[in-house]
Amino acid sequence: MRRILSIILENEPGALSRIIGLFSQRAYNIDSLTVGTTDDKSISRITITTQGSEKVLEQITKQVNKLVDVLKIIDLTEVSHIERELILIKVMAANEKSRASVTRVTDVFGGSILDMGKSTYTLQLVSSTEKLASFIDSLKNETDIIEVVRSGALGLNRGDKALRVS
Amino acid sequence: MSNQKMSGAALLIKALKELNTEYIFGYPGGSVLDIYDALFVQDDVKHILVRHEQAATHMADGYARSTGEVGVVLATSGPGATNCVTGIATAYMDSIPMVVLSGQVPTSLIGDDAFQETDIVGCSRPIVKHSFNCRDAKKIPEIIAKAFYIAKSGRPGPVVVELPKDILTPDLEFEFVMPKNIKMRSYNPTSKGHPKQIKKAIAAVLSAKKLVIYSGGGVVLSDTAEQLTHLVESLNAPITNTLMGLGGIDGTHPNFIGMLGMHGSLEANKSMAGADVILALGVRFDDRVTNNVNKFCPNATIVHVDVDPTSISKTIQAHVPVVGDLKTVFNQLQTEIDNSDIQIDRAAQEDWWRQINNWRDQKCMSYSKDSDKIKPQTVIETLYKVTNGEAYISSDVGQHQMFAAQYYPFAKPRQWINSGGLGTMGFGLPAAMGVKLAFPEKESVVVTGDGSIQMNIQELSTCMQYGLPVKIVSLNNRSLGMVRQWQDMVYSGRHSFSYMESLPDFVKLAESYGHVGIRVDNIEDLEPALTKAMAIKDRLVFLDINIDETEHVYPMQIKTGAIDDMWLKKGVKA
Repeated sequence: MRRILSIILENEPGALSRIIGLFSQRAYNIDSLTVGTTDDKSISRITITTQGSEKVLEQITKQVNKLVDVLKIIDLTEVSHIERELILIKVMAANEKSRASVTRVTDVFGGSILDMGKSTYTLQLVSSTEKLASFIDSLKNETDIIEVVRSGALGLNRGDKALRVS
Repeated sequence: MSNQKMSGAALLIKALKELNTEYIFGYPGGSVLDIYDALFVQDDVKHILVRHEQAATHMADGYARSTGEVGVVLATSGPGATNCVTGIATAYMDSIPMVVLSGQVPTSLIGDDAFQETDIVGCSRPIVKHSFNCRDAKKIPEIIAKAFYIAKSGRPGPVVVELPKDILTPDLEFEFVMPKNIKMRSYNPTSKGHPKQIKKAIAAVLSAKKLVIYSGGGVVLSDTAEQLTHLVESLNAPITNTLMGLGGIDGTHPNFIGMLGMHGSLEANKSMAGADVILALGVRFDDRVTNNVNKFCPNATIVHVDVDPTSISKTIQAHVPVVGDLKTVFNQLQTEIDNSDIQIDRAAQEDWWRQINNWRDQKCMSYSKDSDKIKPQTVIETLYKVTNGEAYISSDVGQHQMFAAQYYPFAKPRQWINSGGLGTMGFGLPAAMGVKLAFPEKESVVVTGDGSIQMNIQELSTCMQYGLPVKIVSLNNRSLGMVRQWQDMVYSGRHSFSYMESLPDFVKLAESYGHVGIRVDNIEDLEPALTKAMAIKDRLVFLDINIDETEHVYPMQIKTGAIDDMWLKKGVKA
């Protein structure tokens, strides 16, 4: 089962490598991983999407929590949450027809065109991981994809709940 | 004094002194020369010069296991640091408090593949509790204080501190500032068990008809043997220990049913399999205990207390998990027992003990003494006799380790020093040296074999330099006994590379290092030789004992079976 985990940890050198190392050392999957500092510069926040049974997830959560740098970990999958991912795609748009169809697909998904080359368009979409997959599929039907880069999922609790240092 | 400025290296030594460091085990080299210079000008922290950094880690480990204090290692960058890796992993697997100070090339050279540069923090990352890249001399005392605190608190473990040469230099001086109390917002080990869980735990324990207490290294590490013994007696429960937990209760206590697991006693493994409630204290349901997890104790309600939440329900699902430090949890359990209305079913308990005594009557530890050759079990029994069961026993890894665990009933915690988790050959001699330094008046014995002893035999030289009269009891079977046993049992007797064709004359070897060597070939010489060795108080004695190479360790669990599926003797199943 797919899970989305949110971790806050000390913004110390090596902290990220401990998280990544833990996942490879204990043979847990990482489907995506994003990391950055927060409003408090001393704290980093990581979002990891992973796969695993309930039992594996319990171990992952406990093992991550055990790392000395980690302040908190939550499994967002369990609660009502918001999830977003950013994708940038460069596609072929060499003629009128392909430019029109790429523009149409981008509009339908609520994306935007960030840049135009001689024969390419560069597109952006912010959405759920699922929707990004159908965006790619729809573009594939219209033109050739040249390059794709994705941020990995980001997530936080809906409503007033928050993951903060208490 | 507090205003006096000093170099980074001097800050380090002062910090170690403030933390009551008695010994550092180390080896000098380029990147740590400033530290060695700072060591030279003081007498508070004593340095033991080893012959190989791996041995330094095991000495610090033996010191830590026997005292409960943090063991401290100092190594230079590059090879010095990488030589520590096995010892760090050994300490990590057995949750031993240790701080490893590693030199590093100057900050300006890090990443340039400089001479003797290794990313030791990266190398050791999967086998440490935590590590620090120290980049600011002023912070050395704070980092050392944190390292000690992390190493010792919660579930203990090794901490690596990397110190680049440029922050140690005498050219730059700083004030000594060390926090009195360490507070870390990201690290707060749980001490108290959740009251609801304590209630549930005791309800299960008191309602049991077939209770077994299964305790491990956690009891030894938390110094709670007394509380454990009290609990066992107040419940009149049978108790088994893991390999790491031996000495948690006196090995001659009437309620003690022996070690459990792969080479555990019949009564311990049978009791576990038959139990309706298992009270697991400071254990981790290791694969060397459980055998096939799918067949593990199907009828038992499992109450599991441990300070580390990851140990709970990792391999075996706990029905009543309790996260907490045994130091606190034992008191909580005892209070709950005192306040509970639940009456122990004494008739059921009597039946249960009758059953257990039937298993005991099978005398699974009996062995044949009919051959002319010295049996390894006899050596351990004789060692027990001549040391009155009071020696610190450090062991290497292999058959001799299991024989020591089985035939030397440990009266006290911290008396039995062995690499249980990682199974590190070469651990025994340096560990026993660490013990001897901690307790010069006590007998510190190494139980080893002709394979293991050669993995750190260079430390005989260190023993000479510091006058460490440890006693080496080497069970010499000209083989890697445990490998050979598996080859006998699983590989149709094909002894692939498990025998040694060119053993040294260990007696002469010991003598060449300035020690006493005694060879024992005949059973009638065994007890006199051991007695003589123990009577020599001021010199190291190496006993090279020629034992029966065909002997196997029994009982032994049958692979893929349940906990109590076991061989009792060659060809005899339980």
